[in-house]
Amino acid sequence: MNDDRPLLSVTDAGHRYGDRFGCRNVSFDLWPGEVLAVVGESGSGKSTLLGILSQRLRVDEGSIRYRTARADGSGGREGSAEELLELSTLSEREVRRLWRTDWGFVHQNAAEGLRMHVSAGGNVGEPLMANGWRHYGQIRAKAEEWLRRVEIPAERIDDTPATFSGGMRQRVQIARNLVFEPRLVFMDEPTSGLDVSVQARLLDLIRSLVAELGLAVVIVTHDLAVARLISHRTLVMKDGAVIESGLTDRVLDDPQAAYTQLLVSSILQG
Amino acid sequence: MSAPRIVYNEGYLDEQTKRVVRRALLKGVAIPGFQVPFASREVPMPRGWGTGGVQVTASVIGPEDTLKVIDQGADDTTNAVSIRAFFEKVAGAASTTRTDQATIIQTRHRIPETPLVENQILVYQVPIPEPLRMLEPRETETRRLHALEEYGLMYVKLYEDIAKYGHIARTYDYPVLVNGRYVMAPSPTPSFDNPKMHQSPALQLFGAGREKRIYAIPPYTDVESLGFEDYPFEPQRFDRPCEICGSTGVYLDEIIIDDRGGAMFACSDTDYCERTAQQRTEQQSTDTKEVTA
Repeated sequence: MNDDRPLLSVTDAGHRYGDRFGCRNVSFDLWPGEVLAVVGESGSGKSTLLGILSQRLRVDEGSIRYRTARADGSGGREGSAEELLELSTLSEREVRRLWRTDWGFVHQNAAEGLRMHVSAGGNVGEPLMANGWRHYGQIRAKAEEWLRRVEIPAERIDDTPATFSGGMRQRVQIARNLVFEPRLVFMDEPTSGLDVSVQARLLDLIRSLVAELGLAVVIVTHDLAVARLISHRTLVMKDGAVIESGLTDRVLDDPQAAYTQLLVSSILQG
Repeated sequence: MSAPRIVYNEGYLDEQTKRVVRRALLKGVAIPGFQVPFASREVPMPRGWGTGGVQVTASVIGPEDTLKVIDQGADDTTNAVSIRAFFEKVAGAASTTRTDQATIIQTRHRIPETPLVENQILVYQVPIPEPLRMLEPRETETRRLHALEEYGLMYVKLYEDIAKYGHIARTYDYPVLVNGRYVMAPSPTPSFDNPKMHQSPALQLFGAGREKRIYAIPPYTDVESLGFEDYPFEPQRFDRPCEICGSTGVYLDEIIIDDRGGAMFACSDTDYCERTAQQRTEQQSTDTKEVTA
């Protein structure tokens, strides 16, 4: 591994909705195994940022580079096929290959990330089949293993997510996004909409899986407690711009920007 | 004698329309299994009754052709009879029920039991041309999946079948991979007939009138039915012979014969059944003659 280079490098990136920017001038580097939280209020551009990072939205200005190999294996230096590639230069086929093999995306609403009327096993197995797995027994075994890791009872493997509770759906979604061993996972408010005890268990699960697999994660949340619990670094966004960034503990314990101070002080102290 | 009030163009469709359809057919043949959009026209039957097949047939038929039409393998059902009569009238084509004498065979489900030969054209009436339709309702997305050869989704369907029933339960419209590239829906053809598509000497044309799509399999093209390594494709099997002609290894229809639950199994291919039965009686009568002589 070339750990001297970041996995994802963002420079002055922005996305425009009509003639207004959803987010603008965002810059950061993400290193392998690092968890980055993006916090801010509704409408601050968090989800737009996630959209351009994962190439679901167009990058209208600036650049986003990701460390990967070209589809034909060319390029790269020092004998490695991997290089930092400008995402906007990749073809649709290459971007979709990244979605299949390198990137997970956990949606806030599990119904967006799952096929609600396909069994849990089928949902977890689909990325494997998309990557060319053609052996039913192996797919099933892998799906079983992952459902166990996210604490879904084995006997529910053939039930559809439509019959699952919100927390279980979210755990199936996480299994589906980790089963193909991605390097980078995007999470959009994965715990909101769940009650507090389920949230805590889910965060615990995410934290242990991330540590175990050495994943790089970009997690969008409006909940500072979530950022505190699982992230190494935090970006604070407001009105489409990053107003503060740094180590999570530093940002939350010693906020510099006025808005961050307001955010931090608005947490109910127990 | 008064002239007929309406004079139809040969093959019913006007020449421009036939050119449109032929262009789509040529493109379909050039890219086996790829669904080519075309401007589906009105024909004198409701959409869903085989209008796609009729337009394809109308575009390739001429007065020197002999047409056979089958519906569920039978030559004598309403739809088959009326389509045959239609082309006799508008194209001046001869018609037949014999597979070996036909140059064009239009079918709704079955591929005839009698092996097809070169220079024959098999025209399928297709209701749903998109194999991924039930899994992904967005046409924009399915087209993209075809373009990028992303067929993981198709396997999800097969996975679900095995998880639920212990085997792949699909017995008709069983998805196939054509020429190693495009996944294609063989219309409601029983999976029993899927192996006949592989390396067929006949040209196979598919027309979906309501969905406005045409696709094709040129002669001698690989057509592979999808499956898992440990659960490969298995065509439907029948463990009994036809009760009329005694043939084995053919596709059987269950025919209810009384109201006490009685049923018999007979060939769905009526032409094949008749001829086999006829040959058998001839064989028997010559046998009897030999015995008496």
